[in-house]
Amino acid sequence: MSKSLNLFLPALGGTALLLGGAYGFMSRDYGAKTIESLEIRVEQSTASAASAVESARAAEAEIERLAAERDELQVIAAAGGGLTQPAPVAEAVYGLGREALPEEIAAWDVDVLPDGRGLPVGSGDVWTGEEIFVAQCASCHGDFAEGSGNWPVLAGGFGTLADEDPVKTIGSYWPYLSTSWDYINRSMPFGAAGTLSADDTYAIVAYILYSNDLIDDDFVLSNETFMDVEMPNADGFVLDDRADSEYTVWRTEPCMADCKDSVEITMHASVVDVTPEEEGEEEAAVETEAAPAGDADVVEAAVDPALIDAGKGVFRQCQACHEVGADATNRTGPHLNALLGRTIGSVDGFRYSNVFGAAQDAGDVWTTEALEAFLTDPRGAMSGTKMAYRGLSDPADIEAVLAYIESIGAE
Amino acid sequence: MDEFAKTSRRAFLRGSAAVAAGTVAGQAAAQGAPDPAITELQDWASYLGVGVDETPYGLPIKFETDVVRRSVPWLTASPISSINFTPIHALEGTITPQGCAFERHHSGAIELTKDDYRLMINGLVDRPLVFTYADLERLPRENHVYFCECAANTGMEWAGAQLNGAQFTHGMIHNMEYAGVPLRTLLAEAGLDAAGDLADKWVYVEGADASSNGRSIPMEKALDDVLVAFKANGEALRMEHGYPVRLVVPGWEGNMWIKWIRRIEVTDAAVESREETSKYTDLHEDGVARKWTWVMDAKSVITSPSPQMPITHGPGPLVVSGLAWSGHGKITRVDVSIDGGVTWETARLGKQGDTKALTRFYFDMEWDGSPMLMQARAMDDTGYVQPTKDQLREMRGENSVYHNNCIQTWFVNEEGVAENVEVS
Repeated sequence: MSKSLNLFLPALGGTALLLGGAYGFMSRDYGAKTIESLEIRVEQSTASAASAVESARAAEAEIERLAAERDELQVIAAAGGGLTQPAPVAEAVYGLGREALPEEIAAWDVDVLPDGRGLPVGSGDVWTGEEIFVAQCASCHGDFAEGSGNWPVLAGGFGTLADEDPVKTIGSYWPYLSTSWDYINRSMPFGAAGTLSADDTYAIVAYILYSNDLIDDDFVLSNETFMDVEMPNADGFVLDDRADSEYTVWRTEPCMADCKDSVEITMHASVVDVTPEEEGEEEAAVETEAAPAGDADVVEAAVDPALIDAGKGVFRQCQACHEVGADATNRTGPHLNALLGRTIGSVDGFRYSNVFGAAQDAGDVWTTEALEAFLTDPRGAMSGTKMAYRGLSDPADIEAVLAYIESIGAE
Repeated sequence: MDEFAKTSRRAFLRGSAAVAAGTVAGQAAAQGAPDPAITELQDWASYLGVGVDETPYGLPIKFETDVVRRSVPWLTASPISSINFTPIHALEGTITPQGCAFERHHSGAIELTKDDYRLMINGLVDRPLVFTYADLERLPRENHVYFCECAANTGMEWAGAQLNGAQFTHGMIHNMEYAGVPLRTLLAEAGLDAAGDLADKWVYVEGADASSNGRSIPMEKALDDVLVAFKANGEALRMEHGYPVRLVVPGWEGNMWIKWIRRIEVTDAAVESREETSKYTDLHEDGVARKWTWVMDAKSVITSPSPQMPITHGPGPLVVSGLAWSGHGKITRVDVSIDGGVTWETARLGKQGDTKALTRFYFDMEWDGSPMLMQARAMDDTGYVQPTKDQLREMRGENSVYHNNCIQTWFVNEEGVAENVEVS
């Protein structure tokens, strides 16, 4: 027996044991199974080497070959189990993708970092900001950034973070001003993202800061003054410390018996009763669904179904604020059922802007023409409207969306 | 016990009705007269069924129409920026069908074609690149099953038992088999020499939709197991899950799994975007918040019985079925208690746990018809034991919203009706 063999086999035995432990279900795994059969063959070869001195050298070579093959499989098994391997990674040998042009990078790479990197040149003051905010943001966030309905409150909440009901606003919670600028610039207004100019964004952020009492009303926010603003909760965050504070406590052998002296129910979900209704209602809906289909066909026959379908697509821009259909209620905007022919500003329970109140008093009615004018240029047609929507530029979109609203609202 | 009477009025119409009917029709009990379902010639055994091509892409049979996503409208201001829940109570095994896997959108789900799809890699790279969908299909890809859990899953339960159903308490999760290109392959194409020391570098990833949801991911994770995926469960991603391409960030909170991913930027700092500062940070009782809490800790829930899945067969053999998962690795063990945590027994795993994927567990018992306080407790291969809600609250308070991985309790009364409760 050579000494390499003597050193090799115990080492292999140890690895195999380890493998057996780590992959308890070896027989279910093709890679492990191959390793197992190789193990047996190594053992068989060892036995034959001991019994016949002449064939020992050949057997040793065979053992080493099999062992090397097994070693390779073990590496693979350790990496991912079985014969699976990670996809190969090569240093740019695929040569796929093309160079990104500077203009393309400029169009998409607009994020802003906490230290202000990424901010474009520009500026905006509080009062310009108020004007834009009231027109573009207030329908969801309130005139003073105080929030409306379930939409986010942007101002106030100072000193509440440790309360039972903390109010997390840009002023009370957000650690970096860059986050507001970046988010408003890229993702707001809701339904018209990416339409604000850099100056608009500076102005809106200035107004929100003013609403939070963080700057004076003569402050002009710009790429130059940006880092002068101090955010009250900048030091209110710690990095994830679960590894120290929790894992050390909860990585422990759990209790299996007599874990508590007694058990009492301390709270029932049924008492709160906030789970949406489901069964029953839905079954009924399924059963009745088939019946009105015939009528719906008749309604749709009058209008081009393709137009209604196109309108449904356009309506996606509206549905964040407006509902239409059997269960429609007022949301950020009034419901749109039976819109054509309805007196302007007349939906019960909706708080309209003054211009709609005036139209209602005058008895104005939503006609196709009036809606076309309003949807083409909302703030031009109804000066002072709270609706933060830039309008539809394509008359075909307007025709389609009106067809859709009528088809649904009439059902 | 008075608790029996207190079950919700929806104590489920369905549940009670099924209990009444179930003991008769649901069980093959000794039968006096021959069963007409057997002795009479049935229509389906005589007439012809539906031919092929009736539905080029099939939906579940009509008897399963209640297995659908559901939302809780009061949670959010608008369905456009909202979430719904996977019907985990009604599913089995571990793979979530895409059609009922929960959705979370910030500015609605968009229709983006493969032809219009572009993926940019820029920042601290040697070669800023733009990939088309066709380019991505030519890079070596891998298959992995991973769970995706919203950080807010079970978030409504911090202050007490609130929503009555496993779908609502634990349904912000799905588990799919992905095919995709490792992110490290794409980063290698762009070259990371320009980034220098990678230890303190990040990738900032962002989506193509109007929310342009963006998150910062440490380079170490980006080079580890993150996938740029374009198929799930064998087929194209659904629109609501980011068609045509999404990011898969195994074990980490769902918000980082950017849908419609359009850009990957190598940076020297976290961007501190809206979704990683004002949201997805965990506010603690003392008013200080934890940030960068990316990993989803080990968690489990009994899916049946549960409020939407009452026991309908009366006493006798009962299969308790549930799900367990850990963002740290594999589930190694799940214990089940039927007495509110006084005593525990180890459940059986449906199959060996996969890393960062759902594991099904079963607890086969003989139910004697007495009320139960059912709990499950998961352990992962780091030795972590799923904590109780009190343990979590003691550590964090009630306002952290995110990362609630507490042990859930279902109270099952002698009729088999289950309710979400909290116990001492």
